[in-house]
Amino acid sequence: MSVKQPIAADEFQYVSTLVRERSAIVLEVGKEYLVESRLTALARTLEYDSLSSLIRELRTKKCPQLVNHVIEAMTTNETLFFRDRHPFEALQEDIIPDLIKKRADSKKLTFWCAASSSGQEPYSVCIMLREHFPQLLNWDIQFICSDISELMLKRTREGIYSQLEINRGMPARLMVKYFLKEGATWQAKPELREMITTRQLNLAGQWATIPPCDIVFIRNVLIYFDTTVKREILGKIRRILKPGGTMLLGGSETTIHIDDEYERVRAAGSWVYRVAS
Amino acid sequence: MNALIIDDSKAMRTILRGILVNLGFNVLEAADGREAIEQMELSTDIALALVDWNMPVMNGFEFISEVRSSNVYDGTKLMMVTTEAEMDSVIAALEAGADEYLMKPFTTEAVLEKLEILGISSVE
Repeated sequence: MSVKQPIAADEFQYVSTLVRERSAIVLEVGKEYLVESRLTALARTLEYDSLSSLIRELRTKKCPQLVNHVIEAMTTNETLFFRDRHPFEALQEDIIPDLIKKRADSKKLTFWCAASSSGQEPYSVCIMLREHFPQLLNWDIQFICSDISELMLKRTREGIYSQLEINRGMPARLMVKYFLKEGATWQAKPELREMITTRQLNLAGQWATIPPCDIVFIRNVLIYFDTTVKREILGKIRRILKPGGTMLLGGSETTIHIDDEYERVRAAGSWVYRVAS
Repeated sequence: MNALIIDDSKAMRTILRGILVNLGFNVLEAADGREAIEQMELSTDIALALVDWNMPVMNGFEFISEVRSSNVYDGTKLMMVTTEAEMDSVIAALEAGADEYLMKPFTTEAVLEKLEILGISSVE
């Protein structure tokens, strides 16, 4: 396959409708470049002779495996370790110490990373917990990672990162402490991998498998949904947040004018969200 | 604020210079560790040094060991930027006094993220 080709309007319409039906993610007009970029790379990987060939087969055969590949290609986003420093400071300085006091009797904490992608966010949180809260090693900690993509969940379980990926945001001191070099890649040590469990989950679908949570990370995810779906997701998170629980959104995301039953709380330089009392 | 790029590759110095100039640094360059030591003796206010490992005359590991052998340059952040990507190399550099470690090849984003770990996002 040669160079990237522009996507035709009807092809873009077909892909955006498919992605919206399967994931509720909105690809508005103007996002053609994103579809071209992601699906041209997929077409190359799957050895189609062009982007149009891939989309033609998608439309005519509707092969579930190909549909899954397309949904995964369109919903997988760039991520890095310790992305946006401030939420991790909020966890370390405010949210976790507060929860340790509140849950001192049960000694049980449940975390949910709602769109864990290839695992950089959950592993960053697990490293932060081990570095700063060693007392939690004796607690019952459940750390659930979910994603719409089974491929991403497999990557999260394996915890294997290329050199380019481990370079992104991971302090060298923590890299040598929590990762093992395996050939050209770096793998999270078993003590980290054992902290997490994975569940495939479409945020716009049913959430039967998510238990009540103390902390929900849903950062830089809501931006991909329309207001109706955002409202549904925020409502469902409200119902699974334990009393005193906290939700963390991305820096450009908010509940304001979408779900006013949340209150915005300042935590070590970040805004976090709790169910209004 | 001054930054020093130490690399025997002119191309690599040019790439890193572009990133640091965009952050507002005044950038100095050296092609080996010995030249870098001489630069540091002339300009004691170097806030950041990006250090390649494999260079002629004095390599990056020797440079870091020498710089950290006294407290004169305690205020200078040292980041190794190198193709040496083995665990032992990273550990050795950190133990010698490197503050961060970036493996080549890298992206501009990775450089900026590593600098943020060092508390450097831009220079006034």
